[in-house]
Amino acid sequence: MSFDYSRYERYSRQILLPGFGVSTQQKLDKAKVLVVGAGGLGCPALQYLASAGVGTIGIIDDDVVSVSNLQRQVLFTEADIGFPKARKAAAVLERMNSGIGINVYNERLTTANALELFENYDVILDGTDNFSTRYLINDACVLLKKPLVFGAVSQFEGQLAVFNGEREGEQPVNYRDLFPDPPKDGEIANCADGGVLGVLPGIIGTMQANEVLKLITGMGEPLINRLLTYNALTNQTYEMILVPGDRSKQEIPVNEEEFRSTDYAAACAADNNGILISASQLAQLIDDKDTIIIDVREKGELPLLAIPHQQLPLSTLQTETPVFNGKTWVFLCQTGRRSLQAINYFSAMEGNRKMYSVDGGIIAWEKFNNKKEHDKAHS
Amino acid sequence: MTLSGIPDTNALVKQIHAQYPLLAVNKYVIAVDKKIISGNTILNENSTVALMPPFSGG
Repeated sequence: MSFDYSRYERYSRQILLPGFGVSTQQKLDKAKVLVVGAGGLGCPALQYLASAGVGTIGIIDDDVVSVSNLQRQVLFTEADIGFPKARKAAAVLERMNSGIGINVYNERLTTANALELFENYDVILDGTDNFSTRYLINDACVLLKKPLVFGAVSQFEGQLAVFNGEREGEQPVNYRDLFPDPPKDGEIANCADGGVLGVLPGIIGTMQANEVLKLITGMGEPLINRLLTYNALTNQTYEMILVPGDRSKQEIPVNEEEFRSTDYAAACAADNNGILISASQLAQLIDDKDTIIIDVREKGELPLLAIPHQQLPLSTLQTETPVFNGKTWVFLCQTGRRSLQAINYFSAMEGNRKMYSVDGGIIAWEKFNNKKEHDKAHS
Repeated sequence: MTLSGIPDTNALVKQIHAQYPLLAVNKYVIAVDKKIISGNTILNENSTVALMPPFSGG
């Protein structure tokens, strides 16, 4: 593929850079980058990859735009709500730069499609929002020896790293060298539960695009075998050196066949048998005198819980160990994740009690009550 | 925070788990002087130790 010199003007500000030139622009033109997840990280990354002139960009996402995405997923507008993210993001990028190719995969990344898909790309950018897909991406990239630009955010902090990159005198490192086993569902809060400052994935996603551009062009020092953390509240950054661990080799599928038969969702599924109760089961427990209901959300979180309960923000558990009366403790939070964390914590404590977590949290509880009201009004 | 008289990372972990019990049930990696460690590591009085949890958000 030869570089179309009529497009020189478009990229003139980067071609002018010392050490860049037309030859580096040609490298970008030939490059193929796959962005997994068109969300808070994917949107800003896609913007800069497209505007920099990455010749082929793949977008894989099976989700649709929802109103709570708009606070940080900057490629979408109110008119996009309910439409597929991958298609809507691609439409914006096509208007932005008609000189590049965009491949849309409006589907979920699975062990059945990941290897074939990744093989068509030079660099993979992880912009997903869950651990099972993150481990799937990591393992596929290790098997295919593909550079992976990793980014993740939580509340006010972000992480950035380049895995499987080539760095002289070092063994390639991957995410399992940091965390060999995936955390279980509910163990770590996600954006829906813990919240996220909108600009943070904007920053981390843009940094991911920067790492991709460095990998393609050979300029600068990509964050290979390093992990950078960034705190949006303090502007503190912390960079650590990663080293290969023994455990990661045992946990990664040995070949493509084993990868295809690995159940990544199951690896993250928590064993919550006998712990989860539904909103309707909670309704039955409200009047039970031996039951205490404990809201573990932080102060000020809405909606308020309109049934008798105790408040115990999860953050306070780090410093105190409260004991409640009652034989049955029912924990509640916004979505049902933090309440599982609370149980995790109390289960290490001595004493004879039953503990439950309300599946789906207060969101499920509100839905249950709204439906009850609705049914009552129409009966 | 600044601590002194702690010989190694195992002793440090024991102390911070006593102070912050919730950490004991959470996943994190430890970096000593900006390098991720896997086993018990000797600390000197000037060591900087960082604990980092996994993030999933995107």
